[in-house]
Amino acid sequence: MSTIHDEIEALRAQYPDGRSAVMPALQLAQACNGGWLSEQAFRDVAEALDLTPAYCLSIASFYDMFRLEPVGEHVIEVCTNVSCGLKGAQAVVDAFERELGQRAGETTDGFTLRTVECLGGCGWATVVAVDNRHRLHVQAGDVPRLLAELRGIDWEEPDGDLDA
Amino acid sequence: MATSTPEIVFAGTNGGALTDMADYEAVGGFQALAKARSMAPDEVIDELNVSSLRGRGGAFFPTGRKWSFLPKPDTLDKPHYLVINADESEPGTFKDREIMLRVPFRFLEGALIAAHAIQSKHVFIYIRGEYEAEFELLVASLEKMRARDLLGEVTIVVHRGAGAYICGEETALLESLEGHRGQPRTKPPFPAIAGLYAAPTAVNNVESITTATSIIEIGGAAYAELGVENSAGTRVFSLSGNVVNGGNYELPHGYPLRDLIGVQGGGIAGGRALKAVIPGGSSTVILTADEANRVTLDFDSLVGAGTAIGSAAVIVIDDRCCMVQLAVRVSQFYQHESCGKCTPCRVGTKWLTTILQKIEDGRGRQADMDLLVSVAERINGKCLCPLGDSDAIAVMSYFDKFRDEFQAHVDEGGCPYHDSSSLDNLLAPVAQHVHEHAPVPA
Repeated sequence: MSTIHDEIEALRAQYPDGRSAVMPALQLAQACNGGWLSEQAFRDVAEALDLTPAYCLSIASFYDMFRLEPVGEHVIEVCTNVSCGLKGAQAVVDAFERELGQRAGETTDGFTLRTVECLGGCGWATVVAVDNRHRLHVQAGDVPRLLAELRGIDWEEPDGDLDA
Repeated sequence: MATSTPEIVFAGTNGGALTDMADYEAVGGFQALAKARSMAPDEVIDELNVSSLRGRGGAFFPTGRKWSFLPKPDTLDKPHYLVINADESEPGTFKDREIMLRVPFRFLEGALIAAHAIQSKHVFIYIRGEYEAEFELLVASLEKMRARDLLGEVTIVVHRGAGAYICGEETALLESLEGHRGQPRTKPPFPAIAGLYAAPTAVNNVESITTATSIIEIGGAAYAELGVENSAGTRVFSLSGNVVNGGNYELPHGYPLRDLIGVQGGGIAGGRALKAVIPGGSSTVILTADEANRVTLDFDSLVGAGTAIGSAAVIVIDDRCCMVQLAVRVSQFYQHESCGKCTPCRVGTKWLTTILQKIEDGRGRQADMDLLVSVAERINGKCLCPLGDSDAIAVMSYFDKFRDEFQAHVDEGGCPYHDSSSLDNLLAPVAQHVHEHAPVPA
């Protein structure tokens, strides 16, 4: 029995039908597995919910936030939908690519960088999700400081607070 | 935010947040719940009918009427469910998020009032997965209410989505909540008859539910006096794009769009000229600057202008934006979010994107202009849900109103903006898998 079996049982108890717990269970499994879903993670969820691993994979592959491949220590997601685009989101993407030396869509040990659809912060563009927490009003010039923060490096430049 | 206009949803916040229970009670919090529970369920529904509240998710369906469609519990052997749609994902829209962050107790109080009205003991809040901080705040707020015994016999489960725009469509949301892929169902049956677990279900938007609290508090008649005919009350407008002060503004329906941009939003950023406005989320028909300067923000005025109030998400576009690029980016979004169930949407959204990209890249011929229209017509009205339609309608409105610009791309064999458009080279998620194998820029 997996280490998350009991927690999934608790999630399952919230619903009249245990199948409803598949998304929360996959979210839990992903969080406990370094941010992605391995074959073992699907087996664990399936076993706890009396589903098949294939069924759980069919759910995970539908939703954008489930990851089927390993991710970096930090996941950086830049919204490039219309409102953020109008406010310079692509310059933010370009800055991340330049500073990290990797293209959007790629993963290294340290970082996964990708662009995403609307994060629901349109009036506070550009919105960047860093490990699922949203940074608002991000501009290209903020990127070096943000990355220094994630790398645990001191950053001297006095600037406004990026945190939402 | 200017506070000279009446606040309903954000009443008592003074621009801040009422996340502390004592602060919320100091402005009358939870009195509406006590009042509602002293009323018969049908009386609560009557009050909503008197208020003329219409759904704030985008469809503008009368809330009281929706609740009245549920069969009475003693007529069938199934529980009733209240499902709250907090899967806010329509591009341009970010109001429900601010409502949950600033007035979580008013929202949750509304959930209990709605549950009482439809005689439900089971509430599910389906919140989009990207709203992690909002999820945590709701769970913590619920815990405080539970400790105070405010929930009574009602259970409220906050269920996180995982990134799928389609789950904002109510039947797809119900599928997702049942543990399936979020693909829309055929209607009828409607959720009021056979919704969650095939039981009677009311599906309501966060802002509608939060407003219900205030309606019970001040009375339906007082609420109905706000706003204009056919569009009662206030609305939380999400303002974004090329304005100085983007953000959410609670204003009465009927407020002039030009004042939302010029007065509330501080005008167009950088002294640029207004080119166009998307008035109700990316699915709605675009307005030219002239049209935008004439309309007011309510159902009748916007329908009269050939568009819709939708989710009240106003995206302001200045004169640096290439309309073909806008069309490409909007179409890429719908292509990415199509659930794949209906062929016209699954295939058509990709076709629209492909043709538009071809025109933008200067590879488009005159025949591609006709093909664009043809593909849009083959999507529109031919699917189970409006996702594909939204792509076709939005894109065709840019095409119809800015046809000269599309034509210039064909005539000049390229984008007339020559790399100076505000949406140049925007990397959409659907284009990312192609992009990631390209070399890193120097």
